[in-house]
Amino acid sequence: MDEIWKDLVNDLDGSFPTVVQNMGTKIYWGLRRMSNGHQEAEDLTQETFIRAYSALSEYNRSRIRELRVEPWLWTIALNLGRNSLRDRSRRPTFVELEDSAVTDPEMVDGASWDRRLESLNSHQRTAVVLRHVVGLGTGDIAEATGRPEGTVKADIHRGLTKLRQAMENEHEH
Amino acid sequence: MSIESELSGLIGDLPDGVTEGVALGTGLADGYDIYESVVGSVAVTFNPMGVSSVDVVDELIGERFSERFGRGLIRAEAPSKWKRRIPDAIEAGRAGVVPVDLRSVTPFQAQVLNVTATIPKGEVRSYAWLAHEVDRPGATRAAGSVMARNPIPLIIPCHRVVRADGHIGNYSLGGPHNKTELLTHEGASPDWLEGLASRHVRVQGNFTTRVFCHPTCHVIRDSQAADIVDFHNTRQASEAGYEACEVCRPV
Repeated sequence: MDEIWKDLVNDLDGSFPTVVQNMGTKIYWGLRRMSNGHQEAEDLTQETFIRAYSALSEYNRSRIRELRVEPWLWTIALNLGRNSLRDRSRRPTFVELEDSAVTDPEMVDGASWDRRLESLNSHQRTAVVLRHVVGLGTGDIAEATGRPEGTVKADIHRGLTKLRQAMENEHEH
Repeated sequence: MSIESELSGLIGDLPDGVTEGVALGTGLADGYDIYESVVGSVAVTFNPMGVSSVDVVDELIGERFSERFGRGLIRAEAPSKWKRRIPDAIEAGRAGVVPVDLRSVTPFQAQVLNVTATIPKGEVRSYAWLAHEVDRPGATRAAGSVMARNPIPLIIPCHRVVRADGHIGNYSLGGPHNKTELLTHEGASPDWLEGLASRHVRVQGNFTTRVFCHPTCHVIRDSQAADIVDFHNTRQASEAGYEACEVCRPV
């Protein structure tokens, strides 16, 4: 990731698609498990990178160098998730040629995990997904969510406890 | 398996549309869609700034586009804000509310293209007229090159610029026969233009109003046929006491 960040400083247009490739998967699946359906998660993921690109094109080199990629992208993504999407009528939209139906890459147990995650409050759900699905450290989560690291750790702990309970309940029934 | 490791397995594939959607939304790639025109199907390319090009439809369109503009090309829908207006812009030969993206051309080229965009449907002007309009009277040949490289033919109506001798001249979008087709469709028939040229008629005056115009200018076309006087050039018209039309500014 650090290498790519260096490329972003030198050649934003050339290296940005690689950032999307590398980070897009995590952003999409993280958002997906934070209670967004396929279409919404896909839209939010696109919008996150479009905003990131437009911000980067205005930042100077030292500001780009100082950025911490993942938490920064997540700050954008979480903010977008909270607010409704801006009017996107000004930009072209992708048309899938072979199949006009939406291609949802959902995994087999996605729905069961969403059911379990629903027992968490939104702070806990965000923290658990960012920590254990996306793989962010608690410091990065604190930066992305704007909450103190101690609170984030507590959210994760309580969230995991609730998930365990939810799974135990499933086995009992 | 622990809950933590189960959660870490919840990352799947990147959905198909993300990469393309980001490329289109950032303008790192343009989108294109196919539209119908008098000269057949054309590919219109666009990005958040506006329509960037109009080209013939074939399998090399992506290659030509990236060679010329340095960006990728993806099949897409135009921004909903103006996509319904693209067919109107093509038919009218006028951008109207559709924004055009002229970042790929030099300021001089943009100036020439903007003047070209003012030529009304059904009328034609010469390369020399373009050069005059941009205050570079010696730049007739340069104006011709700008037309040859017009990135947005049909919508920026370079087909309405013809040679002063009445020949219709070249056309970049699929060749000169398309120019003939378009001019005929718009009511400025090349046969008529060449007929005038063979009689050495460059401008025409109105005997009553004493104003002279380019033969296709709507000001002279709206005149009574009996009032129309032919001239070989603007000097002859001036010497006969005629004033140049302020609408078409003949040269």
